[in-house]
Amino acid sequence: MTIINSLKYYWNVKLTGQPFLAWQRRQAESHPKISARWRSDILSPPLKIAARTRELISRHYLEGRYAAGHRPVAWVTSGAPVEILQALGFYILYPENHGALCGVRGAVVELSGAAENAGYSTDICSYARTDIGSVLSGKTPVGRLPPPDLLLACTNICQTVLHWYRVLARHFQVPLILIDTPFVYSKLAEHSLEYVKIQLENSIPAAERAAGRKLDYRRLKEIVQLSKDATELWQEIINRGHQRPAPLSVFDQFIHMAPIVEMRGQKATVDFYAALLKELDENIANGIGAVRNERKRLLWDNLPIWYRLRYFAEYLGEHGICVVASTYTNAWGELAPFMNTQKPLAAIARTYISPILNQGTGYKLATMQRMVTEFQLDGIILHSDRSCKPYSIGQIEQRNRLIQEFDIPALLLEADHDDPRAYAEAQVASRLAAFVEMLDD
Amino acid sequence: MEIAALGIDVGSTTVKMVAVNRAGALVWDYLEPVAPRVSRQVDDFLAKLGAKIGSLAEIPLVATGYGRNLVQQARQSKTEISCHAHGVFQELGHGGTLIDIGGQDSKVIVIGARGRILDFAMNDKCAAGTGRFLENSAARMQIPVAEMGAVALTATEEFTITSTCTVFAESEIISLLAQGVAVEPILMGLHRALVKRVAAMVRSVGLVPPLLLSGGVVKNPAIRKVIADETGEEVFVPTHPQLMGALGAALFALKLAD
Repeated sequence: MTIINSLKYYWNVKLTGQPFLAWQRRQAESHPKISARWRSDILSPPLKIAARTRELISRHYLEGRYAAGHRPVAWVTSGAPVEILQALGFYILYPENHGALCGVRGAVVELSGAAENAGYSTDICSYARTDIGSVLSGKTPVGRLPPPDLLLACTNICQTVLHWYRVLARHFQVPLILIDTPFVYSKLAEHSLEYVKIQLENSIPAAERAAGRKLDYRRLKEIVQLSKDATELWQEIINRGHQRPAPLSVFDQFIHMAPIVEMRGQKATVDFYAALLKELDENIANGIGAVRNERKRLLWDNLPIWYRLRYFAEYLGEHGICVVASTYTNAWGELAPFMNTQKPLAAIARTYISPILNQGTGYKLATMQRMVTEFQLDGIILHSDRSCKPYSIGQIEQRNRLIQEFDIPALLLEADHDDPRAYAEAQVASRLAAFVEMLDD
Repeated sequence: MEIAALGIDVGSTTVKMVAVNRAGALVWDYLEPVAPRVSRQVDDFLAKLGAKIGSLAEIPLVATGYGRNLVQQARQSKTEISCHAHGVFQELGHGGTLIDIGGQDSKVIVIGARGRILDFAMNDKCAAGTGRFLENSAARMQIPVAEMGAVALTATEEFTITSTCTVFAESEIISLLAQGVAVEPILMGLHRALVKRVAAMVRSVGLVPPLLLSGGVVKNPAIRKVIADETGEEVFVPTHPQLMGALGAALFALKLAD
């Protein structure tokens, strides 16, 4: 850490950047402009909170741009127990979120190409390829990513992260903390929990060394509480989809979920979701739904197709269809009850061993069954994601069971969350059109 | 000739057009390879029919197929899934599992007892399991597509084609031919490779008998035989399998006329 870097950070982030972003947000709030491309005929106006979402995400990457040399930097997987690092003052970067952002901005083919040129196979997850390509080429749509002082990978989402983070560790020559979360086939075993807790305890000295300071357990408890508060609010936001019309579509959720993934444990995140919930409640009171003429309601399974969010929202919206629930956004809300400030490490262990991707396929099926009933759904779209095998395995069987049990149509769509080269629009369009005809039949 | 409604199916390989009378029976049809400028081709189709029966202005037209949105004269467009199901249900008068193998994609559609679509599956982003797979191979072996099935059925043995990819299957054929293997057993193996892909789709939605077939590719007798082999089911084929999409579209148009 150097004084020059800290001065740069204060000047660019605190004194100029953040005030500018806040001013930009206030401008957008006081003079709301709807883009000419927005399909106001079928979709309700964008949520007012969108200006704050943009501010939060821009601020996050702005901080990252000047973090190196001023704050310790950690790169982590999306399901990493980040509270410990938050308490140690790390700036935390999520390569998966950055990958999603690259997907939305149309940068994946170029970045992934840089990784493929270096020999990484196109069969590897497109998030991993995008990240490695970004590291190798130095390119990113957000300006600059800070190199990590520490890497933290947790196997609760997939096994790819094991290899991906080893690549990063070798490239950056920094320590890698690996938290191995045993797979929960049906029931969570106490010894698995203990095993994760011990790993967390053992990881703290390495994290402290990289941070250059000791872990303050009081601070950790505060962070866990903030994490729990934000996660609970997010779950409430998702559950507002029980309303007819639903005030928020999953395509909105995919955008507004960024803070719950990459800014857990921060006060600003709690405030942000409280404000979003308030806006949704106002819209519910005024009968405003995300889709103007909501006739049918769907469930989305698996990751979004980041580069075609608008297409799906508009195509379905045109037919009065709102996708109101998704297993993916739910995954960031359903763990809230496990958070506990009394025994923070035990609570963190329980939380991070329990994600949907670390449980048997029966758990996902049960989640979808519950959602179909609770959200009163008319159909299901299952995105078979070429890049995310753990999420996609079992979908054919899950689809067939849901069709049988609820007598509603379910569509399996083959694509990739980030790589548009594994997506064929003409074929997707024809499946989607046939699915819509079935919903109306 | 009484024409109450028209249907057009702009597929990847051919354009099909049919006319139906008030009772929904097929009274006229026309088919030709798809031209690069589809909208002009559709104009020509309509002009041909117009010359025969006079003004078409009052007759409703529904379009289906990949090029359905290019047909400006259509009052409505419907997907191939709905149209094939509708056409076959009318022709064969029965629900069941419909396999439609077209030039660019193949579909499996489960049709309920009253003609409602209960489920469907389509091939993924690849030409294996479609007519293109056979077309490519036919070109490589210099056998006209229309004769492939009959030639394959004369085979006394069969070579397994392991590649499910159209491009790799072509390389496999080249190497088999180079080893001096006769054409017929290779052809039979190709038919089997295609049908295995389709049969996997049938299994993914679950086979509800009877097994119904449509699409241009099922005019090929070897395909019909291998489908029956692989599924263990008797297959039922309408008289004009290739026209079922256009017929279904015409039947939807007939509803618009009411």
